[in-house]
Amino acid sequence: MLTAAAGVLTSPLAPDDFRAMVNPLWSRQRLSGRVEAVVPETSDASTVVIRPGHGWREHLAGQHVGIGVDIAGVWHWRTFSLSSPPGRPDGLVTITVKAGPGGFVSRHVVRRLRPGGVVRLSQPSGRFVLPEILPARLLFVTAGSGVTPVMSMLRGFALAGDMPDVFHAHVAPTGPEVIFGDELRRLAARFPSLRLHEHHTRPGPGRRARRPTMADLSAACADVADRMAWVCGPRGLLDGAEAYWRAAGLADRLRTERFQPVRRPSAAPGGRVRFVRSDREVVADGGTSLLAVGEEADVVMPSGCRMGVCRTCLARLADGRVRDLRTGEEHGDPGDLIQTCVSTAVGDVDLDL
Amino acid sequence: MSGSTHLSARDIEEFGRELDRLRAEVIASRGEDDARYIRRVIAVQRGLEAGGRAVMFASVVPPAWLAGTAMLSVAKILENMEIGHNVLHGQWDWMRDPDIHSTTWEWDFASPADQWKHSHNYAHHTYTNVLGKDRDLGYGMLRVSPEQPWHPIYLAQPLYNLGLAAVFEWGIAIYDAEIDKAWQGEKSWGETAGQLGRALRKAARQGLKDYVAFPLLGGPAFLPVLLGNLTANVTRNVWAHTIITCGHFPEGTRTFTEEEMAEESRGDWYLRQLLGSANISGPAILHLLSGNLSHQIEHHLFPDLPSNRYAQIAPRVRDLCERFGLPYTTGSLPRQTASVWRRITRLALPTVSAARV
Repeated sequence: MLTAAAGVLTSPLAPDDFRAMVNPLWSRQRLSGRVEAVVPETSDASTVVIRPGHGWREHLAGQHVGIGVDIAGVWHWRTFSLSSPPGRPDGLVTITVKAGPGGFVSRHVVRRLRPGGVVRLSQPSGRFVLPEILPARLLFVTAGSGVTPVMSMLRGFALAGDMPDVFHAHVAPTGPEVIFGDELRRLAARFPSLRLHEHHTRPGPGRRARRPTMADLSAACADVADRMAWVCGPRGLLDGAEAYWRAAGLADRLRTERFQPVRRPSAAPGGRVRFVRSDREVVADGGTSLLAVGEEADVVMPSGCRMGVCRTCLARLADGRVRDLRTGEEHGDPGDLIQTCVSTAVGDVDLDL
Repeated sequence: MSGSTHLSARDIEEFGRELDRLRAEVIASRGEDDARYIRRVIAVQRGLEAGGRAVMFASVVPPAWLAGTAMLSVAKILENMEIGHNVLHGQWDWMRDPDIHSTTWEWDFASPADQWKHSHNYAHHTYTNVLGKDRDLGYGMLRVSPEQPWHPIYLAQPLYNLGLAAVFEWGIAIYDAEIDKAWQGEKSWGETAGQLGRALRKAARQGLKDYVAFPLLGGPAFLPVLLGNLTANVTRNVWAHTIITCGHFPEGTRTFTEEEMAEESRGDWYLRQLLGSANISGPAILHLLSGNLSHQIEHHLFPDLPSNRYAQIAPRVRDLCERFGLPYTTGSLPRQTASVWRRITRLALPTVSAARV
């Protein structure tokens, strides 16, 4: 009622447009956050501490969030796991980002974001979370920056002062390159119920570099099969884990989170892509995601992880068929919600955007 | 098209390629500074609007009324000209900011954004100054070219052009609904009525805001606030009308026939945009308040480049015109305005045949 009355005074703008002018964090239609600090973790990873604005819904440990950053005047969105526990007394949240060699946005986040800067946020989402009733024994298997969602869980336990029985196996090139290495070791020292097993793939001169296998894991943790497992890391690790748990008939005890860019298939024929509400039409090849096609045409495209995980990019298919870049499978009926970041046009496509 | 100048088809192609290069150069260099510019203009505009309305509440003190009204007038002018018109052209779409985007923007102008985008971005910018195609050529009520057949009604056009200036936004809202097209059976009455209905609803919201809600909030200042808002709206209307008529109607701008634009090349298209448009010279503040339509030529060559770049490329466009021996019509605001009025007054009378303007 009050908003409607205020809307009369600000028409054709919304009251929110004026609130956001004063402080972007007050906006309700454009959720934003202020960067409070950027803390280096390793040589190429940093933690960004963010104060979320009005309307932020608290996340569950393990969830991810879409972050929009302004790079040279253009908004770019990516999805990162939250590394902070829910319910931090200071109300701040953190993401921990590794600057990838080809990661245009991640490099900006790690190297260029400064305290006081404003980022845009999506609400946290994701199913890589703990069940409401905790299982008796937990297993975390992480590699590289895949440790971030698990860190949120461990910090949550630590904050509550109640660590369940956890076996945490973590893979990193070397000891100093373990993101949160010191904190993980401190937690393991503080809570006897937390066992930390570090595997270094480049352990140093004179020792053979080796990726760990599931056999290594069973050797380190005798009761793998009895534990509810959360696995997050690169594709190889996840594929191995999924095969192992499936073979054991325990697929329902495994939760995974995949953060890997999608592989592009060979140049398949595409078609004309029409963005109905934006009144734009462009020709797309069959290898470029509809998200990239839309962005190239300056259409406002919702987006997040850009790898088919977070579903921020869902758009209604008005007409035509699309191909899933991950599986190569062709699908789509009018009205379907499709993930534009992993879908390409198969012939002409109309999107309700 | 090449018949309209001394240039060969090859010259025109070269002219077009030069302009394409200029366009590509600007697009490649769009970045942080441009983004900062439009955000700052928006912040200043909203500050002026909120400030102007607040100051107007103190209207028992006459200078407050004057100051508030002036602030609100400038705010409305900025909102329509430098922000609304240009955002709706998609000049800022490259920022991928849903808050400053042609598909989401709505402006403080009676014509709803989507109707405007059709009649202006598409019809006017595609068929610029083509008789019988560009409805902006006289807005269906003015005779601005001797090729338009004369009718006794045009005797009154200096008078009703003055009236149009005062109610410009309403005139454009009705015009955008294209009643004439419905009349001629080119579109359905149902569609036209729907468009008029939406324009009317938008107009009602604006009326409610400017003539009911804010005056009521003003309490004892009800009447001064109402009059201040009315003054701001009329000031904006007169200003917009002045700037816009200076864009295509001053002496020196050409009109074209449908035959001339048939089989136009990209170079021909650029050439028509140049020959059909006129700039206004003046200080930076004029460019800002005109929404950079003072660079009408650059705007018509590149309707979707950020408006803050027009001033930057104008000298190069002018050099290019000089190199190709093409006219580059420009003049001060008083001069161009006088030129428009001269033309409108002269064409109110029947043209003696063969007398070109």
